[in-house]
Amino acid sequence: MVEMVSRPYERAFEAHAIANPDVLCISADLTSSCEIDKFRDNHPDQFLSMGMAEQNMMSFCGGLGLAGYRPFVHTFGVFTYRRPYDQLMASIAYPRRKVRIMGFLPGITTPGGMTHQAIEDISVMRSMPNMTILETGDATEVESICEAADSIDGPVYCRVLRGSMPRLFDTPIVVGQMRELSLGADVLIVTAGITTEEAMRATKALEASGVSVRHLHLNTIKPFNAEAMLDHINSVKSGVITLENHVTEGGIGSLVAEIMADNGVGKKLKRLGLNDTYAHGGSRAYLMRYYGLDALALTQGVEDLLGQKLDITEKDLTEARVDAVHSLAKAEGL
Amino acid sequence: MVDTLRNEKTTEDIAFGIRRRVFEHAMRNNGGYLSQACSAAEQLAWLYNEELNLGAPTLPMIPKPFEGVPHAENPNYHTGAGYNGPFAPEFDRLFIAPAHYALVAYATLIETGRMAAEGLEMFNKDGSSVEMIGAEHSPGMEVHNGTLGIGLSTAAGLAWARKRRGEAGRVWVYMSDGEVQEGQTWEAIQCCAHHRIDNVKAIMDVNKQQCDGAMDSVMEVGDLKKKMENFGAVVVEVDAHNLNDMRDAAKTKHEGKPLIILANSNPFHAMPILEERFPRLHYVRFKSEEERARMNISIADSLGVDPIDYAH
Repeated sequence: MVEMVSRPYERAFEAHAIANPDVLCISADLTSSCEIDKFRDNHPDQFLSMGMAEQNMMSFCGGLGLAGYRPFVHTFGVFTYRRPYDQLMASIAYPRRKVRIMGFLPGITTPGGMTHQAIEDISVMRSMPNMTILETGDATEVESICEAADSIDGPVYCRVLRGSMPRLFDTPIVVGQMRELSLGADVLIVTAGITTEEAMRATKALEASGVSVRHLHLNTIKPFNAEAMLDHINSVKSGVITLENHVTEGGIGSLVAEIMADNGVGKKLKRLGLNDTYAHGGSRAYLMRYYGLDALALTQGVEDLLGQKLDITEKDLTEARVDAVHSLAKAEGL
Repeated sequence: MVDTLRNEKTTEDIAFGIRRRVFEHAMRNNGGYLSQACSAAEQLAWLYNEELNLGAPTLPMIPKPFEGVPHAENPNYHTGAGYNGPFAPEFDRLFIAPAHYALVAYATLIETGRMAAEGLEMFNKDGSSVEMIGAEHSPGMEVHNGTLGIGLSTAAGLAWARKRRGEAGRVWVYMSDGEVQEGQTWEAIQCCAHHRIDNVKAIMDVNKQQCDGAMDSVMEVGDLKKKMENFGAVVVEVDAHNLNDMRDAAKTKHEGKPLIILANSNPFHAMPILEERFPRLHYVRFKSEEERARMNISIADSLGVDPIDYAH
């Protein structure tokens, strides 16, 4: 059974910040919500409270970056780009300041509804020159996100998970390197963040139904290695399906579509995600079902792609356990 | 202080030279940011010639052409900050928050011997780094400030960082009063006060003008001194055309708080004919050849110089 890990960010950030004195911990009044409250209490000298004032915070961090500091901005992802978009662009992205934006509660991982759900953040950041985008999909990626982000020569936006989460991988994020979780030949499934666990469950059910699945997990969304993706797209017979905790425009579905179009790949692509809609407040499981972001939505999407019924039920998917990362059965998937 | 840069000119001479250069430029180019030279000349002349502790310029006197924006594949990119001298712990930094004052700022660099006069000929020409709205790579600029309201926040971050690094140099911000309509300005002041950032100093050109016209007609901002003090700044009001006022104001103690000097200025100072164009003073483009000629003669007379032969 998969291992569950509690609050990996809290420990990972503290370890990274202690080892790197030019790392500063910046918070916008969501200190405990971003798991940096203990850091604030234990290392007040390395912590800066910026209050509920994101516009000032972004330009201020630009100033810190100018002096060679590497501020880690902690708040909900949605607050890092909607209100202070201009400041993010002019004070951070344009001058390539080494500001590490830790965006918590990506997509529908919050019951907070529209104002709290960063559903178009990847789209916004992908269109911002100089910005790097990383996304975490499990405890190991959250544990390695600080080091990965801090290795970037320029600004970086990270979708960070908080609280309790599964450990799906046992190797840290290698920036620019996608994870090949299965290498089948019928359909290519591309996921990132919390949709990867769903796809791992769906893969088991699909394989049981005779569908050979190739599954890629992305933790680096920008810059992106198109060549590697193209090889995988060319390795499957029946098409590509993307599942993202994000709107279907501008995210990883668009990313894959662009690669296919740029290279004249004449294969079907199905993009699953929030389909030109806002979400509302609710539990993650409810929202993933309601908006079609879960394993069942993925298996149904694969049915559409293949043009055949597979009769995979919700029960099949619930029973499809994700194995513990150290299980030999998953050795190829790491 | 680098005495070699303290040329023979007085600050008054420099302020006069700034207005003369901006006037010449506006006449030759059928318009320009004339009013900003009227209001700001003494402030920028005083900053560069007296108040700022800057080293000798590190960039060529004649600005290089545009060499690309910051990008991973543009490793030689640099800003225009080198015209203000090198980055060193003891030296001050200056951000021109209203980047629309660029023409006036470039004229100041020339008058203080930091840029060649040829630099102004490149103003707003395609392929030039001497941009109309000062960019990061424009002479004397270090950060993009064309989007108004971000300057003080950036300065606050840099100042906090410099204090942490134990650097003696201060961070000065040249501001405009229109910026106070942006909420970010108030966020920045409260942030400086909360974090006791007192190595930030700002001088604000209070000319009561903005793009649409007189500020009171666009959006009233009330009692700036009182508001800023309530947000945590130490505020001194001065006559923007009185150098002794500014000299005294800069000596004001402001421990644990930012200092903001409100420089009440006359947007027609030394060019009274500009009042004809009130309340649209942001960018004065001559409406006719007749107006251009009349302004040429009048402003030349006010400044005590010859009219500009702009036909050639």
